[in-house]
Amino acid sequence: MFRKLTLAAVLAVTAVTANAASEAHVEDFDFSFEGPFGSFDQNQLQRGLKIYTEICSACHGLELVAFRNLHDEGGPALPEDQVRAYAENYEVFDQALFDGEGDFRAATPADKFPGSAVSNAPDLSLMAKARAGFHGPYGTGINQFLKGMGGPEYIASLMTGYVDPPECAPEDFDGSYNSAFASGGYPDECKYEDGSHKYPGSWIAMGQPLWGDDVDFDDGHANDLESAAQDVAAFLMWTAEPKMMARKQAGLTGVLFLIILSVLLYLTNKRLWAPHKKKH
Amino acid sequence: MSNADDHQGTRRDFIYYATAGAGAVVTGAAVWPLVNQMNPSADVLALASIRVDVSAIDPGTQITVLWQGKPVFIRNRTEEEIAEARAVDVSSLPDADANNENIGAAPATDENRSLDAEGKWLVQMGVCTHLGCVPLGDEGDFGGWFCPCHGSHYDTAGRIRKGPAPRNLPVPVAAFVDETTIELG
Amino acid sequence: MGGIPHDHYEPKSKFTKAVNGRLPIISLLYDTIMAPTPKNLNWMWIWGIVLTFTLVLQIVTGVVLAMHYTPHVDMAFASVEHIMRDVNGGHMIRYFHMNGASLFFLAVYAHIFRGLYYGSYKAPREITWIIGMLIYILMMGAGFMGYVLPWGQMSFHGTAVITGLFGAIPFVGESLQTLLLGAGAVGQPALNRFFSLHYLLPFIIAGLVIVHIWAFHSTGNNNPTGVEVRRTSKEDAEKDTLPFWPYFVIKDLFALAVILAVFMAVVGFMPNYLGHPDNYIPANPLATPAHIVPEWYFLPFYAILRAFTADVWVVQIVNFLSFGIIDAKFFGVLAMFGAIVVMGLAPWLDTSSVRSGRFRPMFKWWFALLVIDFIVLMWVGARPAEYPYDLISLIGAAYWFAYFLVILPVLGVIEKPLPTPATIEDDFNAHYGPKDGGSATTPAE
Repeated sequence: MFRKLTLAAVLAVTAVTANAASEAHVEDFDFSFEGPFGSFDQNQLQRGLKIYTEICSACHGLELVAFRNLHDEGGPALPEDQVRAYAENYEVFDQALFDGEGDFRAATPADKFPGSAVSNAPDLSLMAKARAGFHGPYGTGINQFLKGMGGPEYIASLMTGYVDPPECAPEDFDGSYNSAFASGGYPDECKYEDGSHKYPGSWIAMGQPLWGDDVDFDDGHANDLESAAQDVAAFLMWTAEPKMMARKQAGLTGVLFLIILSVLLYLTNKRLWAPHKKKH
Repeated sequence: MSNADDHQGTRRDFIYYATAGAGAVVTGAAVWPLVNQMNPSADVLALASIRVDVSAIDPGTQITVLWQGKPVFIRNRTEEEIAEARAVDVSSLPDADANNENIGAAPATDENRSLDAEGKWLVQMGVCTHLGCVPLGDEGDFGGWFCPCHGSHYDTAGRIRKGPAPRNLPVPVAAFVDETTIELG
Repeated sequence: MGGIPHDHYEPKSKFTKAVNGRLPIISLLYDTIMAPTPKNLNWMWIWGIVLTFTLVLQIVTGVVLAMHYTPHVDMAFASVEHIMRDVNGGHMIRYFHMNGASLFFLAVYAHIFRGLYYGSYKAPREITWIIGMLIYILMMGAGFMGYVLPWGQMSFHGTAVITGLFGAIPFVGESLQTLLLGAGAVGQPALNRFFSLHYLLPFIIAGLVIVHIWAFHSTGNNNPTGVEVRRTSKEDAEKDTLPFWPYFVIKDLFALAVILAVFMAVVGFMPNYLGHPDNYIPANPLATPAHIVPEWYFLPFYAILRAFTADVWVVQIVNFLSFGIIDAKFFGVLAMFGAIVVMGLAPWLDTSSVRSGRFRPMFKWWFALLVIDFIVLMWVGARPAEYPYDLISLIGAAYWFAYFLVILPVLGVIEKPLPTPATIEDDFNAHYGPKDGGSATTPAE
């Protein structure tokens, strides 16, 4: 009975895998860390750190990440002295200084990155987990199951989503048109009678941050818009989930252990029940 | 009981032992992280060692830094203070051990307590070895530190000379990492 | 156990005699673990061990998390991230706890639907059923309060919505809501007390679980045929049963290992799939998320809550008859809690003389529809409250109530059940007896 029900359910679910039209266009970029065996690309994380430092940090904070995390394995894994030098570029307010009145001092690896400098620029530490790039179809959760939550894909799509606005939009409309951003302003001129949007995306308050060739990399790696977008998205996935590598490793080990245990328990169970399932 | 029966017995039991063993391994693998989480977390470990810039400390003065929740005295000693400390007969001291974590058990000579060979730098825990008060610098009968709580006197090398404190002020793990920076821990 | 004749524990050594004579705990534990269990139990009987394991898992990981968590509005979110980033193994422990809640509810729904299909709620097991319902309600309370603790956007606004429901109760609603929150709105008092209660509830659940086990040991387990274990003699009982240890302990552990392998894969490879990304945004009372959605295990009831809007005729009639006291909002609240109440009343609503759905040909279809209805309600509970989802949730809610209040009572009267096996032994032999040589026969469904 239950077997039949489960089978029916599985068949019904796999039949409905068509992509529904979404309100924003998120491209399914391939990241090295996707899948059970995926891993962060250390060089990519370092490139992403450079992009964050030179471009994004002007407005966006990273206050949940400590400078020492840049040295952790499974991440950008910068050498200790480089981390110390990097931290020294930042200043932190220390209440303990100046006889308890507090003063600014150079940051040490133990300190955290500062918060956002601009009030409406969200902190980026968890951005890759705070957004889902993939939805549905129609609320069934299948896209997220097959492609992942899509956080980093969303970020990369946002970076590359600054395309020419549609004709209908007035010149002076607030914000920049971005095909990947779903929750911004939208001019009435571009809506249908019933209020629904004619075009995907919306107008985002953030001006286009990356154009291509924004940052030069010492090893000469490509710095076009699409590469840079993926690099910074990968870096932000690391800031959101620095323990991803350890988690996947633990997951793999655990699954293997438990499969072995299941097999042994299956055989034990079979051996145990055998006398009762034969002649009486 | 024939040999065949014995083998039957061990074959039958093997699967049970293997399963129980595998179960024990899985359980152990699950229990260990639950215990290990109580060990110091990464942010606590990050503060296990700190770096102190000593370039602003003039000779004859000291700073006090907070490290792992406790005060540490870092003093830039003058020639007189060094000479005074080196002139003392170690065998006359109440605590003849240097109490220096960097070198282990050693006589309480001034050379065994100061950080550098010259003797200019003295790094020690600012916690009286009697009952834990913070001694006052440039005080006391021996030109070093004086603990107001119960009247312990320490000399210019931080060694106990008079009063109830049993040990010399402890010298923690410390070293110069460059010209002007001392790393504690 | 359950009036089933069986051997009881006899202490053999001096030590066991001495201890057991003073406190019969050894015999209690021994007789419990060796309880005669119907030998024909199928794989839908494993959920009890999964539930017990998951309760222990949640308590252990929860106590550990509480060593590092700070229940203050300014520090809660950051303390959870401290666990994720700095505490040794903290990220795994947090993900185990987070997904453990989902495993807990998945298992409890399977467990409940097993009970509904095989008539486990019918006499003499009504008390077991009621205790189970109480455990389920406490689970929902614990889960709800636990979700508040990370103090993310969904934590905050979801709590605002659900505690707002209490405000819908006529006359006492507002004072009750203020009492619950300790303030006019969700804030520090709510967070602190929810933390306290979240820590407390699982231990009350554990106590109820012990009573639950005592209850079904007193009546004896149900089994897929719904035919009771023979109590005529010890020999007959032994033909129908096998001792719980080792037969069902090992069988249950095997099923648990398989389920944990899947659980480990979820925790290791897709730990945030069942969650909501908005909860990785710190709570902001001034910015409401576009779609407030509870965790998946509350969705069916959330759908029922939202289904009854002011334009629904039933709501309008009741509103009129109650002189405006029962408005749409309160009606939704009553419907939501009512959905659990009617399920709890199943023992008295089901009039069938046959216990197990296996032998009830008409019942099977209605039951299958109930399962589908539950899944549909779960799906629609996450959809925006607009056409066609409002209609679907209304139909889904209507069927839920109809199943318990109309179909169960009527079916027992009009249905012609199939003949049930004479004994459990007969049923077991039909599957595994010597005639069919082992495994070829399809089981009688």
